[in-house]
Amino acid sequence: MRLAYVIPLALFVVIGLGLAVGLTLNPRDIPSALIGKPVPEFSLPPVQGRTQGLSTADLKTGQPSLVNVFASWCVPCRVEHPLIMALKRENLAPIHGLNYKDDPADVAKWLDQLGDPFIRTGADRNGRVGIDWGVYGVPETFVVDGNGQIVCKHVGPLMQNDVDTKIRPLLQDLAAGRQSKVKC
Amino acid sequence: MIPELGHIALILALCLALVQGVLPLVGAARGMPGWIALGPQAALGQAVLVAFAFGCLTYAYVTSDFSVLNVAENSHTLKPMLYKVSGVWGNHEGSLLLWILILVIFGAAVAAFGRNLPATLKARVLGIQGLIGVGFLSFILFTSNPFNRLLPAPLEGNGLNPLLQDPGLAFHPPFLYLGYVGFSVAFSFAVAALIEGRVDPAWARWVRPWTLAAWCFLTIGIALGSWWAYYELGWGGWWFWDPVENASFMPWLAGTALLHSAIVVEKRDTLKSWTVLLAILTFSLSLLGTFLVRSGVINSVHAFATDPTRGVFILLFLVLVVGGSLALYAFRAPALQGVGVFAPLSREGALVLNNLLLAVACAAVLLGTLYPIALDAINGAKVSVGPQYFNAVFIPLTTPLVAAVAIGPLLAWKRGDLAAALRRLLPAAVAMLIALAIGLWLLDGRSFMALLGLGLTAWLGIGALCELALRIKLFAAPASETLSRARGLPRAAWGMTVAHLGVALLVMGITVSEIWQVEVQQVMKPGETVQVGPVEYRFLGVEPYKGPNYTAQRGRFEVLEQGRVVRELRPAQRRYQQPPMETTEAAISPSLLGDLYAVVGEGDAERGWAVRLYWKPLVSWIWLGALIMALGGFLSLSDRRLRVGAPARRRSEAAAAAE
Repeated sequence: MRLAYVIPLALFVVIGLGLAVGLTLNPRDIPSALIGKPVPEFSLPPVQGRTQGLSTADLKTGQPSLVNVFASWCVPCRVEHPLIMALKRENLAPIHGLNYKDDPADVAKWLDQLGDPFIRTGADRNGRVGIDWGVYGVPETFVVDGNGQIVCKHVGPLMQNDVDTKIRPLLQDLAAGRQSKVKC
Repeated sequence: MIPELGHIALILALCLALVQGVLPLVGAARGMPGWIALGPQAALGQAVLVAFAFGCLTYAYVTSDFSVLNVAENSHTLKPMLYKVSGVWGNHEGSLLLWILILVIFGAAVAAFGRNLPATLKARVLGIQGLIGVGFLSFILFTSNPFNRLLPAPLEGNGLNPLLQDPGLAFHPPFLYLGYVGFSVAFSFAVAALIEGRVDPAWARWVRPWTLAAWCFLTIGIALGSWWAYYELGWGGWWFWDPVENASFMPWLAGTALLHSAIVVEKRDTLKSWTVLLAILTFSLSLLGTFLVRSGVINSVHAFATDPTRGVFILLFLVLVVGGSLALYAFRAPALQGVGVFAPLSREGALVLNNLLLAVACAAVLLGTLYPIALDAINGAKVSVGPQYFNAVFIPLTTPLVAAVAIGPLLAWKRGDLAAALRRLLPAAVAMLIALAIGLWLLDGRSFMALLGLGLTAWLGIGALCELALRIKLFAAPASETLSRARGLPRAAWGMTVAHLGVALLVMGITVSEIWQVEVQQVMKPGETVQVGPVEYRFLGVEPYKGPNYTAQRGRFEVLEQGRVVRELRPAQRRYQQPPMETTEAAISPSLLGDLYAVVGEGDAERGWAVRLYWKPLVSWIWLGALIMALGGFLSLSDRRLRVGAPARRRSEAAAAAE
């Protein structure tokens, strides 16, 4: 075994290690510019068949809340939906919906059939408000504190693990008024 | 029911792959003919099973069976049939299935056409192919099953990303995969040769057609991808040095080097360990590309829904395949001694220079692609490496390469005469000087790059023709002799000339379209006209328009040449409902002389519309050049020397004399 013939292997080992570390990082973990900032100014009408729309003031009630960006055309939203229903039953915080680029009849049917976990639901039909929230994929979930500051943003469908390690502890800490150790 | 059958077929295929990956290798090592004979049968069986599974998934797409999760996530009833079918590979799971399908088809082809291979070599090649199959089939079954059900089934699917609903892109992945996966055969041959401890000219002759076929397909695949980016993304560019583009370009560079170094092994019985290394690296780069794209390590259009377990799996697989083969290489390659000594000034010397430059260019692209990942891993910084870096390293590396392409074929094997070769290239030198003079006159010496590109085009284009003319004694012998020489010239020689001409045309397209492009960006109101390059665009207005699964705002332009309307262009902004997304449809009127390219943006009747209009001279030659390169490859592939079963001695006298 001559040394020169080992060089390719050695180089590959270095690249492989780099890739292994790279794999643990997420390029989509773009630190959201909105964390720690107040929620954007907006006011949305309710979705079809509901009476309560969503606006900035609804998120500054002194009580922490959860804002879920969803759409009836989005399959991952369907995946996370049972978890959001379960969260509603836990009664930790009010959950509001931001219905993103959806057809009024479709979303009404979706909520009627699957169950409506939301207290207020704003219809963002053209996606304008979504842009202000920095939404770049549905579903996304925001944790907002009582003063209307965005504390945490979750991209993609919520999984049981996300709820147990992130969303629930964070809401409990916010409700108790203590500094949260949850990393977002 | 049908999806379950597909699922079962995949599981059976995995079992067969295990058989194919173990028994023939053991049989070859222990000399057991029964086990050796299992290889081809397992390979053929695997191909049938995977083809069946692929058919099942296609059926689910065509019938819009939304109880299959993969179909619900990526299809829609309103989608045109072409995109229902191409939707099969327009997503992670399906494209993986296509990958495997092509892998097993190549395996079956080796089994069916490799009749003249020595039994043990064939068994080992098929064994390695089987092991690769085991890796990919377990990957798809354990992490990315396309047949998973979704219950209750939704009424309507999620739709395919509108950017991907495009004829160019429907065929881009299959060609790309034919290239990527085709290199697996070269890889298997290399590993089998390392196990056997034997690389000889016959081995090179067996490897070459597979490499050549894969290279041709990859060339077409990359050209299709670039063409798609050009007309679909609406930015007017055709290559962006995006990590995913690089992922396909690196195997291409390594594969091009491999093609040329295999010739040296075949003709001179030397450069063996380097060729084996190139074969390993080419396929490793294909796998690395798959890893980069699929693991979510980099973010891109191609990185379909990503999932960390998939990344871990591919990385492990990558470590096993690449690490394993390179370790084997470290142990066995020193034994592969070449017999020929060679002078630097010879055909083989020129091919080594070609390999050196291509390998360094490939390493430079690899560095630029991995650097952001490395930096993120070290200190968490998010950077991207842009075209500045790639152009800065790539152009200086390819310039001598392209210049040498004209000279290499004129050098003799063993000992070449550079002075004589250059004398024969006199017409090319004259053509280059004329091109430079024209360039200086047109450009006022403004751009060094433009002069370089023009000079190289003329040098290589005329140089390749000079070489052909010398071989057929054009004008130096009676026409009848020239004709009979041309007829007797091996296809491989024609293929080389055509492929090298393709490179010249590609360089020409890049240079001219970059330097003489005219771009106008402005707000236009209906009725206004604007001069863009040699033509005038008259804006007629914007009208609403409805397609099968989208609505659009379509702009209308008349193109005037010397006051006469020659063409109408209709660029559009499409708004798809499912998923909701807007796409820019550039209107392009291509011609060999240049493309007219129009994009219409935001606006209204009162303030006018933002428009972008281009004149892109000779831009089509970028893709035509690439296609001509692939055509050269196919011509060479049809050479009877490479045709399986054709003994070398049947080469005609004329061909032998011409060489």
